[in-house]
Amino acid sequence: MSAATTGQPTAGQRLAGFGRMLVSPRGAVFLLLIVLLVAIALLNPSFAEPSQFIRFVQRVAPVAIVAIGQYFVIVGGEFDLSMGSVVTAQVVIAGNLIGQDEAKSLPVLAFMLVFGAFIGLINGLIVTLLKVPSFIATLGMMLALLGATLYWTGGAATGNPADGFREIGRGGIRGLPVIEILPWSVVVLAVVLLVAIWFARRPFGRTIIALGDNPTTARYSGTRNWWVKTSTFIISSLSATVAGVLLVGYAGVHPSVGRGYEFTAITAVVLGGVVLGGGRGWVVAAAAGAFALEALFTLLNFAGVPSTYRDAVQGAIIIIAVAYAATTVRARRKGRALEAPTIPPTPSPEPAPQTSPAPAEEQDAAASARPAPIPSTQRADNETKGGS
Amino acid sequence: MRRRYAVASAMVGALALIALAGCTTDPNVAAPSDDAGTTEEAVEWFDQELYDKQYAERSVVPEGPEGQPWLQYINAEMTDTSAYAGTGAKKACFANASISNPWRQTGWITMNQQLQVLQEAGVISEMETRDAQDSDDTQIADIDYFINEGNCDIFIISPNSTAAMTPAVERACDTGKPVVVFDRGVQTDCPVTFIHPIGGFAWGIDTAEFLIEELEPGSKVVALRILPGVDVLEQRWAAAEKLFSENDIEAVDYFTGADPAEIKKIISDELAKGDVDGVWMDAGDGAVAAIEAFEDAGVDYPVMTGEDEMSFLRKWKETGLTGLAPVYSNFQWRTPLLAAQKIFAGEEIPKEWVLPQSPITAEEVDQYLEANDGMPDGHYAKFGGEDLPGYPQVWQDRVIP
Repeated sequence: MSAATTGQPTAGQRLAGFGRMLVSPRGAVFLLLIVLLVAIALLNPSFAEPSQFIRFVQRVAPVAIVAIGQYFVIVGGEFDLSMGSVVTAQVVIAGNLIGQDEAKSLPVLAFMLVFGAFIGLINGLIVTLLKVPSFIATLGMMLALLGATLYWTGGAATGNPADGFREIGRGGIRGLPVIEILPWSVVVLAVVLLVAIWFARRPFGRTIIALGDNPTTARYSGTRNWWVKTSTFIISSLSATVAGVLLVGYAGVHPSVGRGYEFTAITAVVLGGVVLGGGRGWVVAAAAGAFALEALFTLLNFAGVPSTYRDAVQGAIIIIAVAYAATTVRARRKGRALEAPTIPPTPSPEPAPQTSPAPAEEQDAAASARPAPIPSTQRADNETKGGS
Repeated sequence: MRRRYAVASAMVGALALIALAGCTTDPNVAAPSDDAGTTEEAVEWFDQELYDKQYAERSVVPEGPEGQPWLQYINAEMTDTSAYAGTGAKKACFANASISNPWRQTGWITMNQQLQVLQEAGVISEMETRDAQDSDDTQIADIDYFINEGNCDIFIISPNSTAAMTPAVERACDTGKPVVVFDRGVQTDCPVTFIHPIGGFAWGIDTAEFLIEELEPGSKVVALRILPGVDVLEQRWAAAEKLFSENDIEAVDYFTGADPAEIKKIISDELAKGDVDGVWMDAGDGAVAAIEAFEDAGVDYPVMTGEDEMSFLRKWKETGLTGLAPVYSNFQWRTPLLAAQKIFAGEEIPKEWVLPQSPITAEEVDQYLEANDGMPDGHYAKFGGEDLPGYPQVWQDRVIP
């Protein structure tokens, strides 16, 4: 994916920088992804064909989009457990309200976005104004939404929406050379990812990270904490809505669509080296985490591993990934950043790589990895905060 | 610094190892472990005696009133119920396992319409229902509540699981009131009657024989299973798996949780690996997603068995694929209340009430599609409520009582 270098260009340094990045927490996910993709391709060479691979990207798109939404919540120091239920609710809304009437597609799509934003707003306000821990608030929202969906549908699919609407998740631009088809899902994912990268680099995006790192400092520096935090929940619910639109096309309407997505997304985000509890992480790595996770499941499919093992694998990965991230946090607290040893331990207001002509994501990553004005001594405070 | 890197690379190594473990061990381990898994399963769920019984029952012409399959029975041994005869309207208590899937919901709607008829006839005064929401503990508590405080004249129980519910059902029998068990069974013959369609093995036999007949030897079948550990579902697979392996059909099974996204991924991966000639399902939920995976991959439709759920029947008709819709007779939800009517009248009823269970074939699809026109996708074609009040509106609106 991203082959970013940290130092000034000599070939050796570049290579060393690239190597360092791959073993660093935010780079490890790319290494894992590459290893997994190669393993799949070895096991089943047809997977490496562009037309097959683009189908794989299409399939991962909803999960990746949910992971991108979850990234903003987690990096802001909270969790959103309601995402899976939002996906389910949106899928059912699309099925029930659009029905076979294609003309309703746009109004219902608009309604879904409003509904998604509304759910996020409620989540955010419960967390920020009522001071309910997000774990509980969004768990409640997850159950409430799921119950409402089951009540509304009686637990059964009423039928898929019009084919025109499903085209977003199922169809694409056909007749292309090499890849044969460019699924709309892939286009949507690319747009969402670019917007997320752009947003994370905006002052508001950096404020989210600063807030996740140390809410007290953020407040002293003039942040309206409640609004920043609430907005992350709105982002995550909106991303779940987009994922729902893709899934209703890809799979169809069923009350089980979206089930478990919140945990898949959290796993993906953690796998991408984003620290639970907030303050550190890179949105591209979170998306890559989603790809790595799905690649892993595909590998297990190809290898004929019974699906009963999968939850165990997912659990093992969470533990290893968090343990790995924790070793880095410890290293940082001693003033030695693992992933960027060339950068001096005391962060300057503008990240060091800014001086080099490095790719945009790298700047962003360095920025998100170490939000500027926080001295390293306050990390201890951040850690005791735990996963609140 | 060096140690830090040692730790870091060890971690990455561990991750990679996990990843690689999946693939490097595969070629050697996959086949034997599959076999080990299946023989273990077969030992656990395969019951030759029951298999033979159900195999034979499939071809028996059921007794009972023509055109009312919910009152028909196969190879019945009648039992005397004159001890329970009584006059006036009686109170029924229904301990339901759950209404958590479309099949149970459809049946539950039908049962309520049947109840309405019997209430108007003055047979049943009211039916108090407790929904155990798929929990053994809750259902045991529900049954004990009915025994102690329910003031019930008859217990109707749809057990959540076989072994766990047996003692509670025995306690209900000890009250001296009639007990009717339907759908899943219990390990006691104390109930007055146990009502069920032929069973899971018959499903497995019907579907596997269909696929074996339609496919060449050596063909590959993907088996999509909802979840492990439920006897009615496991028996379907146990029978099908036995027949597939005896007839040189290569079958791989997956658990899907009925999630269409999951089903689509599985089929896509299998299609990426190689040709898939047939799809077998232990329940029709999600059949449409499976068919769509073939459409999206641009390959020929498989030979397929689903269920009598409307979504599958419609897609079957639309695509013209070679299919079969096995049936786990949904009309059985009417029978317990009708059995109650017979019990209070002191009429003879079958001790084990085996209801007919026959798949919908390609010749019958049109007929069932027409009969169920306007029903939602989660509706089951053989729901057997055409003569009940509220038809078809109640089932079309699908308001869960």
